[in-house]
Amino acid sequence: MTEQTSGRHRAARLAIATAGAILAFAAATLPARAGTTLDAVKARGKVICAASSGTIGFSAPDDKGYWRGLDVETCRAVAVAVFNDKDKAEFVPLSGQQRIPALQSGEIDILPRTLTWTIQRDGNGINFTTPNYYEFTGFLMPKNLGVTKVQDMKGASVCVQTGSTTEVVVNDVSREHQLGLTTVVFDSVSALRQAFFSGRCDALITDAAALASIRATQAKNPADYVIFPATPYMDALTPAVRHGDDQWMDIVTWSFQALTSAEMFGITQANIDQKLGSGDPRIRRFLGVEPGNGTAIGLDDKFAYNIVKQLGNYGEVFDRNLGDGSPLKIDRGYNRLFRDGGLMFPLAFQ
Amino acid sequence: MLAALWDSPRLRAWAGQALLLLLFVGTLVWLAANTVENLAVRSIRVGFDFLARPANFPISESVVPYSTMDSFAWAYVVGIGNTLMISAMAILSATLLGLFVGLARRAKHPMLSGVAGVFVTTVRNTPLIVQLLFWYALVTTALPAPRNALHPLPGVYLSQRGLYLPGIEWSGNGWGFAAGAAAILVAAAVLARRRRRQGRTAPALPAIGAAAAVLALAWATGIGVAASLPELRGFNFSGGMRLSPEFAALMVGLVLYTAAFIGEIIRGGIDAVGRGQWEAGRALGLSERQTLMRIVMPQALRVIIPPLTTQYLSTVKNSTLALAVGFPELGLVIGTVINQTGQALESIAILLAVYLTIGAAVSLLMNWCNARTALVTR
Repeated sequence: MTEQTSGRHRAARLAIATAGAILAFAAATLPARAGTTLDAVKARGKVICAASSGTIGFSAPDDKGYWRGLDVETCRAVAVAVFNDKDKAEFVPLSGQQRIPALQSGEIDILPRTLTWTIQRDGNGINFTTPNYYEFTGFLMPKNLGVTKVQDMKGASVCVQTGSTTEVVVNDVSREHQLGLTTVVFDSVSALRQAFFSGRCDALITDAAALASIRATQAKNPADYVIFPATPYMDALTPAVRHGDDQWMDIVTWSFQALTSAEMFGITQANIDQKLGSGDPRIRRFLGVEPGNGTAIGLDDKFAYNIVKQLGNYGEVFDRNLGDGSPLKIDRGYNRLFRDGGLMFPLAFQ
Repeated sequence: MLAALWDSPRLRAWAGQALLLLLFVGTLVWLAANTVENLAVRSIRVGFDFLARPANFPISESVVPYSTMDSFAWAYVVGIGNTLMISAMAILSATLLGLFVGLARRAKHPMLSGVAGVFVTTVRNTPLIVQLLFWYALVTTALPAPRNALHPLPGVYLSQRGLYLPGIEWSGNGWGFAAGAAAILVAAAVLARRRRRQGRTAPALPAIGAAAAVLALAWATGIGVAASLPELRGFNFSGGMRLSPEFAALMVGLVLYTAAFIGEIIRGGIDAVGRGQWEAGRALGLSERQTLMRIVMPQALRVIIPPLTTQYLSTVKNSTLALAVGFPELGLVIGTVINQTGQALESIAILLAVYLTIGAAVSLLMNWCNARTALVTR
């Protein structure tokens, strides 16, 4: 009896403590997979992407178990590009801790999971494509504490999730403004949120949109909480791929670019078939009416058409997951197109 | 000739062993070569040079001094210190509580044995991680916010942020003083033991000498002691001693869980001693308690110690579950380090080495205890 129970716990313990790192271990010791990621994905019949364990707006299953969110649709765009079917994508919920080893080891093909593009990560076995969301790191605090900016936070305790860049951010702002912030670090998102809403911490730190998502879905009364930036700096949340497969990097990059370019061209899910008859040579090449763009990166020439036909453009994707069409009602802000004063810069389909 | 060789059982046994060894070593070499190649192909950093870089992440509580400017290596030391502290405290408390539970299970009073039985059944049959989350949720939801902290005694505050008590603040060379004082106390204890063995009079003499020496050392190292009372400043209390909710939840969870197992081990050990021993004790006119402590327990220890060793080892490893409730033991610190540096292989190797060392030390100590209590046949 003793042996059995403690054996079961040992298994649970191991699983929790080292899951992510074990992935790296296992994968590092097995022989490298021959062939390209594209071949492997085609042979498998689906793209495998990382997802969060439920950040509404970015990646979370809905009440029917269908995955939704900006990161999810970024992955579906690749599924459309490769298979012309947005449902040929599988989502693996991974903790902040597990996600990078899982990508390095080949458990997943793409890591679109609110991952901040940093030099340390870039230099360590993964490559970043182009940002799909610009964001500041923020603090969520109860309004009744009367704090609206970082400088007022002296002595506060902050709930932090491990596996993110936010632990360092807390240290940085605490040092810069001499705030003496203390942290309580959690591995599980649910424990983190429970600790914050029960009042164990004064503040919760993570990406502002994720905070908005937490506030909208978990707070008893969302109006009682305030979100403000932790630093004056922005983060670029960027889908990443494994280092060493340039073709796959191109495919993921341009599948996302199809979404922003479509918005720039004024192409929507509804009007795309009319746009096929457009006289603008750039639009004609984008939609594959005039060939060459798709085959350049090993895809069907109509891949951009297929993506927009099935998912809409970036604005539509944003709106239904994060913007006015969603419960979060997040302002597009920096995520507007360059032309509209944002940072989203559609690259040229030439 | 060949047939003779083939028929030789010794040679065949040797050949079998050699083949197995070759396979084993070959597999290791194959795995190592793959690892090296894969790491290079994926351009993943390797090596331990990150250890000297500044850690840059906060650790909420530690037994050794830590600031975010310290190195990653020191962050590991902080994690190891916390793991050792929580393991030692959990093992000691769980053993005492376990002894009580074990005896209560054998008590004649139906109420006492009933309660102990329910305790063991409940605690042993639910997962530890669930219990930890339960205690943590209880601490953080049942207690008031720091502004409305319970204030039963002057200088004592109980809130969601933990238990704050009046503390002492050291000034001067605290570590030097602590080390010197420890050395003096050990020397005095050895001396006192020798004097007692020799049957010398005035057994208090070494104690008085030690007290004088410690005072002299305090004066020499310029150590100062001041009382420090916790007070509410801004969001939290500062000053005084603090018992965090994370530590409390982990401690309560680990101790109760381990005590339930230890209680059963001790009960089993006592039951394993024949009833005749109790009757013999009674016949000699010994009280129940004397019989238990002087006759039954020494014999029961032989049965108790081997499973107890396993239980202690489990407790050390169970402390890694602290990451569910946010207590920064080694596992949680390493998780953060892996995330900051991306060097999972190195960090996990360190983690394994540390737990292996702690585990081996606990085993050696318990084996030594076992050897001392084992039946000596002459």
